[in-house]
Amino acid sequence: MFGIGVLKGMAVTFKNFVESYYKKERLTTIEYPEKRLAEKERFRNFPFLIFDEKPEDPRCVACDICAKECPPQCITIVRAQDAQGKPLKKPATFDIDYSICMNCGVCEEVCPFDAIFMDHEFELAEYGRFEDLNYTIDRLLKPKEHFMKIRPTDATRIEAELKKKENAKKAAAEKAAAAAKAKAEAAKTQASQVPDTKPETKPNEPAQPADPPAEAK
Amino acid sequence: MMEHTLISKPDFDTQTLEVSLGPQHPSTHGVFRMNVVLDGETIVKLKPVMGYLHRNHEKLAENMSYLGSMPYTDRLDYICSMTNNFAYALAVEKLAGIEVPERAQYIRIIMAELTRLVNHTLLIGFLLNDLGAFFTPVLYAFREREKILDLFEEVAGSRMMCNYFRFGGVKADLTPDFLPRVKELIQNYPRFLDEFEALLSENEILMARTQKVGVLPKELAVSASITGPMLRASGVPYDIRKVDHYSLYDRFKFRVPIGEHGDVYDRYYIRVLEMRESIKILDQAVKEIPSGDVISKVGAGFAKAPRNFKPKAGEAYGRIEAPKGELGFFVVSDGTNKPYRYHVRAPSFINLTILEDMCLGHKVPDAIIILGSIDIVLGEVDR
Amino acid sequence: MDQLFVHIDQAIIHWAQAVLPDWMAVIVAMKIPIVAIAIFGPVTMMYLTLIERKLLARIQNRFGPNRVGKFGLLQPLADGVKMLTKEDIVPEKADKIAHLLAPILIVIPALLVFAVLPFGRNMIAVDLNIGVLFFLAMSGTTTLFIFTAAWASHNKFSLLGGMRSVAQMISYEIPFVLSVVPVLVVVGSFSTVAIVEAQPGLHWFVFTPWGAVGFFIFFICAVAEVNRTPFDLPEAESELVAGFHTEYSGMKFALFYMAEFMNVFTVSALVATVFLGGWQGPILPSWVWFLLKTYTLILIMMWFRGTFPRLRADQLMGFAWKFLLELTFVNIIVAAIWYEMRSPLNHLTAAAILIVTIIVLFQFNKTEIPKKRIYKYAYAD
Repeated sequence: MFGIGVLKGMAVTFKNFVESYYKKERLTTIEYPEKRLAEKERFRNFPFLIFDEKPEDPRCVACDICAKECPPQCITIVRAQDAQGKPLKKPATFDIDYSICMNCGVCEEVCPFDAIFMDHEFELAEYGRFEDLNYTIDRLLKPKEHFMKIRPTDATRIEAELKKKENAKKAAAEKAAAAAKAKAEAAKTQASQVPDTKPETKPNEPAQPADPPAEAK
Repeated sequence: MMEHTLISKPDFDTQTLEVSLGPQHPSTHGVFRMNVVLDGETIVKLKPVMGYLHRNHEKLAENMSYLGSMPYTDRLDYICSMTNNFAYALAVEKLAGIEVPERAQYIRIIMAELTRLVNHTLLIGFLLNDLGAFFTPVLYAFREREKILDLFEEVAGSRMMCNYFRFGGVKADLTPDFLPRVKELIQNYPRFLDEFEALLSENEILMARTQKVGVLPKELAVSASITGPMLRASGVPYDIRKVDHYSLYDRFKFRVPIGEHGDVYDRYYIRVLEMRESIKILDQAVKEIPSGDVISKVGAGFAKAPRNFKPKAGEAYGRIEAPKGELGFFVVSDGTNKPYRYHVRAPSFINLTILEDMCLGHKVPDAIIILGSIDIVLGEVDR
Repeated sequence: MDQLFVHIDQAIIHWAQAVLPDWMAVIVAMKIPIVAIAIFGPVTMMYLTLIERKLLARIQNRFGPNRVGKFGLLQPLADGVKMLTKEDIVPEKADKIAHLLAPILIVIPALLVFAVLPFGRNMIAVDLNIGVLFFLAMSGTTTLFIFTAAWASHNKFSLLGGMRSVAQMISYEIPFVLSVVPVLVVVGSFSTVAIVEAQPGLHWFVFTPWGAVGFFIFFICAVAEVNRTPFDLPEAESELVAGFHTEYSGMKFALFYMAEFMNVFTVSALVATVFLGGWQGPILPSWVWFLLKTYTLILIMMWFRGTFPRLRADQLMGFAWKFLLELTFVNIIVAAIWYEMRSPLNHLTAAAILIVTIIVLFQFNKTEIPKKRIYKYAYAD
């Protein structure tokens, strides 16, 4: 009953034993926490909010889309109001309950303003389940340099898109200002001129802002 | 039903012993219970008790948009998340009539075959752990599996809960490092399989323990709607990749191994052979993958705004050859952006119904191995 | 160097005779081997557990314990502290006296048999002239205590484990005992010292045909007697949770564990003594040879544990009754023939008879031997 197959098996184990002393691929343990693996760029753990210059104005405009699309419903947003009660484009409170969040990344995908992204932090153990794991907006806000550091390719692409949008908006605003100035001047000259002169050609339509790219890459 | 004979003669005053194996047990692969009635050490009756992991998946989907249940499908068969996503995406694409570009199809097939490697590797490791080989095959299997999980993390962002497929394609393109690493894996994996076979496939103890144990005859398998490697080990040549011709599998040349006896050894060895065929498919896919879009325009729009995805009223059933069997999703839409009914045909659940017939007349250790060879995952059984 | 420990022993006795009164000196002289064994036994067992964990870990491509002390050398002490401070849980309906006594009683034979092992030249605790018989008898009583432990737990799983263990150990006792008989026939005495002295230099019994077969049978039965893989049905971890020691926690479990490892050591030592020449060997001191041979056998047992799956109960007993037992009987006769013939012819005759027997036994057991299969493919083009 014990034949050659059994001895072949023993040879394999012996080979593994001996080679574990000098071959790296036969001893694949990484001794955490002294040594760590390099983080992958697209690794998604819990979300964070991003701000451009000051933590007081984040990119988020409290549109509530991520809270509605979140599958386990872990995001709670309350819009800020100014002194008169008019709603502002800022969140007053933005709570993510990390003990409910399942790291799916849907909030990052659906945000139209590129305001929420998935972070790489995973050493987040806390003692209190309800008070410490419910992250409020002050713990969620991180600067855009952090985003550039952890996900360079995505960050450069999004920065490029945002810059393009901003430039387009600036160009549109300049054109609108130039058009308004020309219109004002035309109105002035028209008021001081004979009415039978041909009216100025209508100023051009202000340029449309560039379409956001249709495909999500 | 299979015949079985009582061991003790009727004129002895014997009693049968009723034992409950589980739900906490080192080798029932999750929270699963079997009520076993023993006569000495032979099994006379066996009733599986499931439902310890029921999480209301199907009802939850009725309250979320279609894309919102995609992360939940990862958690059905939590070892092979990519194929779960694949089946759901197929079902909804059939329902709404969305086309998928070619590069996305190739990426989907690559991910599905990598998942098949992941699942079968884990299974052969754990089957041998059930037999008592004290974790050595498990750790060899996990060492290889880690390489594939690292690949998943690089592309999708997470090792197990990938959430990578979208209706009309996949979420994001492959990183530049991915294809060279898959090519390296294709080179090294057959060597690992050879080493594994030298360790175990010709081991007399393994063969003596698993041959002629848990035999499943062909007719019983077909009438109980068993699918997957269990069916092929009993001798029925049915593989959905060849029968349904879904998603460009027609372009690849691969064979389907068929067993003869339908016992535990056949089921174990069929999976080893299937892994070799998957490596062949991967090889061809990696060479032929074209460049292009990874998601159709319509699909990208829906991925950005899932609340706008309102398919026409109707129903669709999409099924794939998951590593465990036939995984199917049945989706019924009533024109709004939430599904009206959503049902999962889980292969592990259906394959479990035949457990009693296979185990009668065997002993307790055999029942453990037979359960291991069915390859269940409780996330799927209980949903 | 060879007689290092003997000199230390005599030095202590001289000191005791010089310093202490007469009757105390006698007691000290008697107690030295006992103290030596009482220290050596448990310390060996502790470090054997560490060696096993590190060896299995390297086979499985990982580090073993290496956090407690450098290379994990203080791990057994940490384990000891853990076992001592655990809560002692006794099931409500268990038989309290038997539950308490079983782990204690199982350690006693494991320790007692250290007395007849020849650790080196002139280094044996008690030179009984029925040494081997004493050893075999003591290791047979372990079965009884395992069953006591299983019964006392009042647990269906433990009882199943206990009954399987009794069946297994009884089936393997007979080839275990009978495979030593050829050695006794050739040597003519039960005493372990005499057996070792009958194998001078490198003429160990394992190099004779009947010795090789006897060594093989004896080693396999030894693995079965100490309940190690591939015969570890009684403590089958993945099938019956933990078999007969499921309901034991804390120090009682530590005692079971200790008894198992001491058994591993002593039975390997006996195999080394009887077949591999004990402390005989060319250059190194005698006790170094003894420890070398014993530890090689122990490492082979650990290697088995890392590689093989488990045999089922009926296959295990089929192997003992249908193969090993017949081979043992033939081996005894062949040893007697070899002893009587006394010429270069005896080796060839002995080898020939044994090979024929093995082939015949394989033919008889053909249905039990599994065959390799060939698989077909569908959709092959």
